[in-house]
Amino acid sequence: MNNPKPKLVVIGNGMAGARVVEEILKRARGQFDIVMFGAEPYGNYNRILLSNVLNGSQQAADIFMNPLAWYSENGIKLHAGVKATRIDRERKVVIGTPLKKEAPAYAVDAAAMPEAAVIEETYDHVIIATGSRPFVPPMEGFGGAGTFLFRTIDDCDQIAEYAKTCKKAAVIGGGLLGLEAARGLMTHGVEVTVLEAAPQLMIAQLDAEAGQMLRGTIEGMGIAVMCEKITTKIVRVDGRIARLDFKDGSTLATDMVVISAGIRPIAEIAGASGLSVNKGIVCDDQMRTSDRHIFAVGECVEHRGRIYGLVDPIWEQANVLADVLTGLNPKAEYLGSKLGTKLKVMGVELASMGETKPSLPDDEVVIYREPSRGVYKKLIVRENKIAGAILLGEIDTAGVLMQMFMADTVVSARRADLLFGTATGAPVLSVFDLPDHAQICNCNGVSKGAIKEAIQIGKCHSVSKVGGCTKAGLGCGSCKSLVAQLIEAYAGEVTEDPSEHYYVPGVPLEKSQLVAEIKRLGLKSVSAVFRELGGGKEDPGSKVGLASLLKTLWPGEYEDERDARFINDRVHANIQKDGTFSVVPRIYGGVTTPDELRRIADVAVKYNVPMVKFTGGQRLDLLGVKKDDLPKMWKDLGIPSGHAYTKGFRTCKSCVGTDFCRYGVGDSIALAQKIERRFQGVESPHKMKLATAGCPRNCSEAYVKDLGAVAIEGGLWEIYIGGAAGGSVRKGDLLCTVKTHDEVLTLMGRFMQYYREHGKYLERTYHFVERFGIETLRKIIVEDSEGIATRLDAGIQQAVDAYKDPWKEAELPAYPAQFSAPELAHALAVAENNG
Amino acid sequence: MSTINLGSIEKIPIGQGICFNVDGAEIAVFRQRDGKLFATQNRCPHKQGPLSEGVAGGGKVICPLHAHKFDLATGAGSEPHECVKTYAVCEQDGSIHLSL
Ligand SMILES: Cc1cc2nc3c(=O)[nH]c(=O)nc-3n(C[C@H](O)[C@H](O)[C@H](O)COP(=O)(O)OP(=O)(O)OC[C@H]3O[C@@H](n4cnc5c(N)ncnc54)[C@H](O)[C@@H]3O)c2cc1C
Ligand code: HEM
Ligand code: SF4
Ligand code: FES
Repeated sequence: MNNPKPKLVVIGNGMAGARVVEEILKRARGQFDIVMFGAEPYGNYNRILLSNVLNGSQQAADIFMNPLAWYSENGIKLHAGVKATRIDRERKVVIGTPLKKEAPAYAVDAAAMPEAAVIEETYDHVIIATGSRPFVPPMEGFGGAGTFLFRTIDDCDQIAEYAKTCKKAAVIGGGLLGLEAARGLMTHGVEVTVLEAAPQLMIAQLDAEAGQMLRGTIEGMGIAVMCEKITTKIVRVDGRIARLDFKDGSTLATDMVVISAGIRPIAEIAGASGLSVNKGIVCDDQMRTSDRHIFAVGECVEHRGRIYGLVDPIWEQANVLADVLTGLNPKAEYLGSKLGTKLKVMGVELASMGETKPSLPDDEVVIYREPSRGVYKKLIVRENKIAGAILLGEIDTAGVLMQMFMADTVVSARRADLLFGTATGAPVLSVFDLPDHAQICNCNGVSKGAIKEAIQIGKCHSVSKVGGCTKAGLGCGSCKSLVAQLIEAYAGEVTEDPSEHYYVPGVPLEKSQLVAEIKRLGLKSVSAVFRELGGGKEDPGSKVGLASLLKTLWPGEYEDERDARFINDRVHANIQKDGTFSVVPRIYGGVTTPDELRRIADVAVKYNVPMVKFTGGQRLDLLGVKKDDLPKMWKDLGIPSGHAYTKGFRTCKSCVGTDFCRYGVGDSIALAQKIERRFQGVESPHKMKLATAGCPRNCSEAYVKDLGAVAIEGGLWEIYIGGAAGGSVRKGDLLCTVKTHDEVLTLMGRFMQYYREHGKYLERTYHFVERFGIETLRKIIVEDSEGIATRLDAGIQQAVDAYKDPWKEAELPAYPAQFSAPELAHALAVAENNG
Repeated sequence: MSTINLGSIEKIPIGQGICFNVDGAEIAVFRQRDGKLFATQNRCPHKQGPLSEGVAGGGKVICPLHAHKFDLATGAGSEPHECVKTYAVCEQDGSIHLSL
């Protein structure tokens, strides 16, 4: 090698560290040898989306922005799980030690591996991007089981895991993060109380009135809020948290505590290395610390006396630093940032920017309030520019306001336009007028210029394509409307992305349009749909979805082309990883007889079934069956199919209920059996698993089923819908309370039919119920607000009547090769051999 | 190269595939709705899923196990570094003729 490249060591592999490296690579790939230290044992992920991970709407795996492969692809050496402890400025080396796996990455005294070798990296330049750690207000008893902070993927995992053992949780801190944590905790089935020291929520972003209104909205979601509560002590009984004591003498019973009361920069490494540190690591306008070879960026920085806790300023800092380090613009300057945020709590629309109260005598304040809908809008205008704004409950104009606020744009004389859009629908702010460097996506730091390029050069004409190309819109999502406006401005019109709205990828129609066309043209088979609506092109990825829809639309009349079925539905059994199948006979309500059990045992022996297992749905699974044995086994069993393979009604579990249980208040077994007999074989957009419980102790887990019925005192039944206890966990929403088994059957059926008609293919009920909202569904299904109840009831009745046990095909296969094993063909069969 | 007569085309349900075991080699033969025939190795390169049990159409098959997709004519796969072997196959007088 000739001249070695200058070596850049980055300490901290979070949002700021990884971003600055990306910016450097963008400007001058190959200029530096880059080494990174990251205390967390992962690549870089989008910390902002941890709130979604906690509330279950995203998986941890989905939020990685720079997976480990990214580092190797870009020639970056990453010490993952290694904490840098000191910079030896004499020798110009950074010194680090690997962390123990269980130590939180941000702990002050994070336990290093005792015997771990010290890692040293020489440097020419260092960037410190160590971020911050959660602040724990002084109180007795914090630390140990049941107390948590909310900063990393590991924190999220631990909170979710521990919540399973709890009934009540307290969140200390009623700011942006505290509320996101509270909403996340709620999805784990605990009762949540938010404790705020100030007299209102989100004091940094809201005025008192908006704080009060937000409190109402939050409480309406089932989260308790207590303000002016200062926790002094976490009290344990028998080693488990029992309650919190407050300064005012009051107490609150709780099983766990999450603290989210602000952040403090992680600056020890700078201090230990003799750099100047005040609240954070002190930097100049070029992001340089007191040593000219060492820079800092992100939440660990103190710039002009300010510390930032949002990503937006960090992107600006990273840009400046990359310009300076690469020499692209050595005079680039960071002059501080304006702040705007959006609360990412499902069900709360809230955006806030700049100042919350007027501060100069000439400040103009515009306020609109509509308490009945929880809407509050406030604008502070100073010298015809936006000095601050709060939008609660309705935030359509937030994107535009934020742009004008950030860019100091002179605003329209009609202030109302800023809060509601213009009466004519003309844009308040023309996106044409924004400069190219204006930041559109604040989460991912994407400028108008980059989006314009994606639209004009990359030919991305849909919001999701622009997102795929630039990352715009993939954070909190609040900039999507601006992205759409940009597409309109530069490409004429927004193309809706097929994969987003089409019912299936191969037919360019949304579900409602597709249904209308299918009905208008009377299309009753999948091939007919491809012929008439899919441009004559067959798409294997769309066949199964279309089949499911057609079957719902034409009960009894659907032309069942078996090639449009997934293998499980062709052979009425679940395909296993080795290509064998499983047989699950129907056991109504989980109640069987010795005779049935004996037959199941006999069949298992006769066909050498390698495993017999109890399923999660209270029945028996015979696993590892060869395809050609299936029909023989069904005949021998003489029990109908349990439909353990269909996208449709699966099973209804029950608890022992009034028959034997001493707590039972309702006959859960009889109900489960009635449900299962009625709805067996009914198909739907995705599977439906049900349960009934004889009392709220809920032994059969009815609260977390797609549909559940729970008996309560007074001879009543509660019906829950949209529960889940699979990859996502969600408690179902209470639809209504009824008196009789028959009413349960009617309402469950009505909901099923509505779901069958309106659910997207492969949309589970928990997404469906969240998409429509329980209020809306209750109106339609219980109160019959649309007058369609009779039609829905008739629809489900038709599906019930169309039930045929598919295992009857054992007697008469639907087509010759339905259950055939691979056919043998060998040399004997050679017809001609032309060498 | 040898050609094997696998017997009547009617064995293969329309729009589907079935698996033949040709001297120990598993070969999937697909009969598309438009009459086109395709043949590929039966086992998916991902985790050995049986492609003959997949949903096929439009010149493609989707593996029943993890939904990786393969082009029936070229063998090209939807995932990088995954492809399947294809064989020439045609219909003559109502029977399937496979070239090995
Ligand atoms: C749940 C949650 C939601 C949020 N939502 C939003 C939002 O909606 N909008 C918004 O703008 N901001 C939001 N934020 C704030 C945003 O995530 C932070 O501003 C941003 O992550 C800060 O980036 P950073 O790189 O400075 O710090 P970090 O992302 O914390 O990265 C620092 C990294 O350095 C590592 N490290 C520390 N010390 C060392 C050492 N000595 N050696 C090696 N590695 C070290 C740390 O372990 C960490 O991985 C949210 C934060 C959280 C926790
Ligand atoms: C006197 C009342 C009760 C009776 C008769 C009873 C009976 C049973 C029985 C027989 C089982 C099956 C055990 C097995 O499969 O090995 C079971 C499982 C279970 N019980 Fe109870 N139980 C009672 C009370 C409770 C209570 C009060 C709860 C919850 C608070 C509960 C929660 C559970 C759970 C979660 C399961 C596992 C369910 C499954 O595997 O699907 N039980 N119960
Ligand atoms: S849910 Fe209630 S009635 Fe049913 S078994 Fe459990 S405790 Fe008994
Ligand atoms: S085995 Fe074919 S996709 Fe996994």
